[in-house]
Order: sequence, then C-alpha cells, then structure tokens
Amino acid sequence: MAYNLKENLMKEDRLAGGHRMCAGCGAPIAVRTVLRALEPEDRAVVCSATSCLEVSTFMYPYTSWKESFIHNAFENAGATISGVETAYRALKKRGKISENFKFIAFGGDGGTYDIGFQSLSGAMERGHDMVYVCYDNEAYMNTGIQRSSSTPKFADTTTTPQGKAIPGKQQNKKDLVKIMVAHGIPYVAQTTYIGNFSDISTKAHKAIYTPGAAFMAVMAPCPRGWRYPAEKLMDVVKTAVETCVWPLYEVEEGKYTINYRPKEKKPVEEYLRMQGRFAHMFKPGNEWMIEDVQKHVDQKWEELQNLAEIR
Amino acid sequence: MAIRERLSGNEAIAYAMKQINPDVMGAFPITPSTEIPQYFATYVDNGEVDTEFIAVESEHSAMSTCIGAEAAGARAISATSSCGLCYMTEMLYIAASDRLPITLAVSCRALSGPININNDHSDAMGVRDAGWIMLFAETNQEAYDNYLMAMRIAESVNLPIMICQDGFITSHAIENIDLVETEKVQEFVGERPLDHYLLKPQETMAVGAYATPVYYMEAKRAQAQAMIDAKDAIRKVSKEFGDMTGRYYDLIEKYEMDDAETAVIMIGSSAGTAKEAIQDLRAKGHKVGLIKVRSFHPFPDKEIVDAVKGLKAFAVMDKDDSFNGHCGPMYAETCAALVAAGVSAKAINYIYGLGGRDVKVSSIEKVFAELEEIAKTGNVGETYRYLEVRE
Repeated sequence: MAYNLKENLMKEDRLAGGHRMCAGCGAPIAVRTVLRALEPEDRAVVCSATSCLEVSTFMYPYTSWKESFIHNAFENAGATISGVETAYRALKKRGKISENFKFIAFGGDGGTYDIGFQSLSGAMERGHDMVYVCYDNEAYMNTGIQRSSSTPKFADTTTTPQGKAIPGKQQNKKDLVKIMVAHGIPYVAQTTYIGNFSDISTKAHKAIYTPGAAFMAVMAPCPRGWRYPAEKLMDVVKTAVETCVWPLYEVEEGKYTINYRPKEKKPVEEYLRMQGRFAHMFKPGNEWMIEDVQKHVDQKWEELQNLAEIR
Repeated sequence: MAIRERLSGNEAIAYAMKQINPDVMGAFPITPSTEIPQYFATYVDNGEVDTEFIAVESEHSAMSTCIGAEAAGARAISATSSCGLCYMTEMLYIAASDRLPITLAVSCRALSGPININNDHSDAMGVRDAGWIMLFAETNQEAYDNYLMAMRIAESVNLPIMICQDGFITSHAIENIDLVETEKVQEFVGERPLDHYLLKPQETMAVGAYATPVYYMEAKRAQAQAMIDAKDAIRKVSKEFGDMTGRYYDLIEKYEMDDAETAVIMIGSSAGTAKEAIQDLRAKGHKVGLIKVRSFHPFPDKEIVDAVKGLKAFAVMDKDDSFNGHCGPMYAETCAALVAAGVSAKAINYIYGLGGRDVKVSSIEKVFAELEEIAKTGNVGETYRYLEVRE
C-alpha cells in the first residue's frame, strides 16, 4: 500500500500530548511516528529504557502512553520487552489471550549503544518478535549531555569538553546499525523524519510487521545537547541526510538498500555549522577537524554504497 | 499417595517447577544453580511442560525478562546463585517495587573474592534489603516444599519470593524425598490471581513510573506493609500445605527448646548438623536447643523473641558477614527484635561456614560449650566471633 501523508496523520496518536519533553526535541516525533505505523486494530506493549523519554512521559500518576507501557531500567529494554513478548506467546498458546499485540522498545543511544548493548544483543540474537527503536541524540542527554559511543567525533559534551588540550570527543561514532545487521535479524533500518515522513513511516511498518526481531536507528536531535534553536529541528535532520552524515537505508535479510540518495551531496560543514556542539571546529586553525569529519563521512558513504551494490 | 524419590536439591526444585508448569522461565547458568535450568530445559525440549524458556545472555537479563513477563500477566521464574544474584540486584529491587510475585530459586554460594564456588549465605544476605520474601531450606525436602508454596505466598501479597537452599550441601546432595502428586500440586498452586496486567484484554496498564518525592515514600510504605502481611500469608499457605501433605511449617522451627537453657539460631542446612549436636549433648545431660529460621524476610521478630525468653545464653549463627565491624545480619535483626520487645539477653554472634568451610557436629558443640560458660559466669565477652578460623 502506497504511503499517504494525509491518511497517516489521520491515525490516532498513541503518545498523548502534554508530556514534558522539550520543545524542539526529536524523540517524541520518532515515537509518535513509529507508533502510527501500527494497524489501528492492533495493540502494542511499549517499553522504554530509562531516558528523557521515560521520565517525561510517565510521571506518576500520569502517563502519556495510550498503549500498555513498561519501564524497567536504563540498561535492559531489550530483555524487558523480550519477557513481555515471551509471556504473550505463552499466554496465547494457553488460550488466555485472543487479541494481537506488537512489541516495541524505545531507548536513547546511551541505553542502546552503551549500557543496554548486551541486553539488546541478547534480545536480537534470540529473535523475539519485536522492534527495538533507538532514538539517537548522540549523547546522554537525560543526565546532562555526556558522551556516549554514539557521540560523533569532536562533539563538545560535558565529559568531552572542547578544551585547550583536547578538542572534544576523540573517537568516531560507533556503527551500531552494522552490528545489528551482523546479528542476522530480518530487518534493520536507519531513518529519520524528513519531508512527508514516508521513509520513517514505511520502515516502522516493515519493522513492526516483519516476523522476528527488527532494529531501527532514528536520528532524533536534542536542542540542549546539539545547541540549535528549537524551531530548526527539521532543518537539522534534513541537512544530516543531505550531507550523508545520516544516510537513509535499510537491510532486509542482509540485503542493503539506500532509500535516498541526495542529488548533490552537501559538504558536512553545512551540518556542523548549525550546531553549537561543533562551534569550536570553526575557529581559525581548526579547519583540519572539519576535513577529518568530511573524510570520515565520505568513507562511510562509499562503504554503504558498495554494500548496497552487492547482489 | 506421595511419591518416594531420591533427588538432589536442584533436581527437586526443577521437578517442582515441572509440576507447576509456569508460563515463562528466564535463566542463565551459574554454579551451583546451573542444574535447575538444565533439568528444566530438558522438560521443555521433551514437551513435558509447555513453559516458554528464555535462555538469556546474563542474570541481569534473566530477572529483566521475568519482570517483563510477570508484568505482562504470566507466571515467571528463574534460578541463580552467588554473583548471578548480585548481578540481578538492581532488578530485584524493581521486581519488588513493581509488586511482581516472581519466584526465584537460589542455590546459595559465596561471593567473590576470593572466587569460591561453595556454600555460604553472602549472596542471599547481600540482597536482603531488595524487598523479596526469603525462605530458607534445611533439606532437599524443605526446598521442594517451599517451592510448591512459593507462588501462593508471593501472589497473596504481590511480592517476589526467593526460595533459598545451600549450594552443593543440599543442591547437589541426593536425599530421600516425598513428592506430591502433580494433580495435587496443580490444584494447590492454582492459577495466578490477576487484576491488572500489560496484556489484559480491553484495558491498558503502565508499569514502572517515575515517582517524585510526593509519591515515592507512599509506594515504599505500601511495600513495607506487604512484607508485614507476608507473615500471615506464609502461615496460612503453610497450614494448607501441611493439611495436604502432613508436613507442617512455620516461620521458625523450634527444636528441643521446651526446657533449653542455651540455644543456637541458624538458617539453612547447618541446622541439621546442629540437631545432631543437640541430640549428642542432650544424651550427656545438656539442656540445649535450636531455633531454625525458615523465613528470613519477613523476619520472625516476635516469634524469635518468644523462643529465646528464658534462655541463659544463645548464639546467632551467620553464614556470612556484614563487615560492619561488629556483627552479621541475623544477629543484627535478632538484637533489633529483642530491643523492640524490651528483652535483654546474653547473645553472641558467630560467623561460620564461609566459602564452604565444613561445619561439623563438633563445631556446633564448641559453640554450646562457649554458651554454657557464658551461662555459668554471666560474662558474654566478645560478641562478634568467627567459628573455627585460623587467625
């Protein structure tokens, strides 16, 4: 079925407004869009790792979640939703439930790339019928912008401050999507919300309705950590895609497909310039940093194109 | 008719699990509890149970899956020991505060370091404040019986429950055991009473809220009340179990206490050794007795105070150490109960049997000799003592 923005927006939001996420935060957009990919008749159990998302949406006695929801801890969303999904199979087998449920876990990059990595890997390897969605804002934002293994090189964070001796984070971002592909799961996607939200919506539907374990990485910027004006959120993600900092691609049964190829790949400088976390890279004498990032982005994009050509 | 068998403690627990046929098991191997998921996986793969078994990648995930499954409406179980229990610790607190009656079998083992695979209680005692009901077994029979009662107790107060036995000493030793017929087990255990759960038809539920200071303390007070209420739940379920099997249990067991002048308080398998020592000493005219604690949490405070009243001296035996410079956890809880009741006593604390150090009949007899000396002289001396250690 072809994607239709109007139809998509007519679907009920399964995350109610009134939560406490910041203006200009990418995470609730990722969540609402992914949940909108559920067929209206299906129910879901949603799990969230401890994160901005969790503490801002389920503050006792209020919840924004219209689906059944479980928060357990920071590092175990993968295992927790595994348990729920397994209970579903057990109870369904015993005739105790008749409704159809889908299982979706959300974690930030800290809870996914780092502290929740083992739990995620276990859940993916065991092949539970679930989707794990990493809303990636490239640092521990809930605790106040500390670096994670998802933080890009040179980013200024509170544990990699750009100082006189060391100019921000010294390592490149970990390529978690490829690690997920290496688990041999049926569906892995990297996406974000640009244009009419077709890419993220289509991928969320595939991820939810592909039997077995699926993983989605969604770029979800943080205005506090990335230091862009709240109203510039959509420009930031659009530029990330146009510079190939965050290419849109999916891997189905190991087969790579690039879903969007910019007509003219923009220089990475355009993306970096929008964000205060990279401001020090534009000081005179630091041109080498921008060159270093450009080289890395070019190399990763080349690699991805090669993978997508393999048939 | 009860079934006569010979089983190790681990196999007895696995057999109880099989008879109950719960919905979900999430488990990870660790010595000495490994056999429990091994036996159970065999039952699963041979179609003898229809439980969904999740072979997770760590104990942390074992308890995380149990939390997810129990919140979803299933009966979830696990088994572990030692460092595995430590690794679950954060999740143990969450299971209790989410009020999820998960059942966890623990084959108790010392904690590293030095690394050691043998029995003491430092693993279970280390998580004693996590909010779980904790029952300890002296024998394989008791481990099996406690397991059959576990879900009924836990579900009646919505708290998780640990069924502890001594690693290797009972987990691996084969003993004669009376098994309950499976139909009777299933009738006794019944279905999990469910009110709200994640997968409930026509209703949603949210688990694991962020609670600000305005609500956090009320949640904890409710949890505290559940643990207070657990005492009656244990008594009630144990009475029903006794009526079914003829094997009656209480929060504590008093052995030769009627006219005792000195006594030891202890938990786990060493209580059996103490009983042997008491028989020998009684044959020689010594008025000695034992208070065996079955339910460590909820702590049988009033029951112990009643039991020690009139003793000339007693020793609280801790199979681990709190490293607080003055006593182990059983002694601390016992003394708190005595102070609350306004009862003064001559009581010493022995740290014993750490890391599988053998506890012999003669070891317990040494304790009684010390107690009789205290009773005679009135001098308690050092209360914080290590039993049979090279210093």
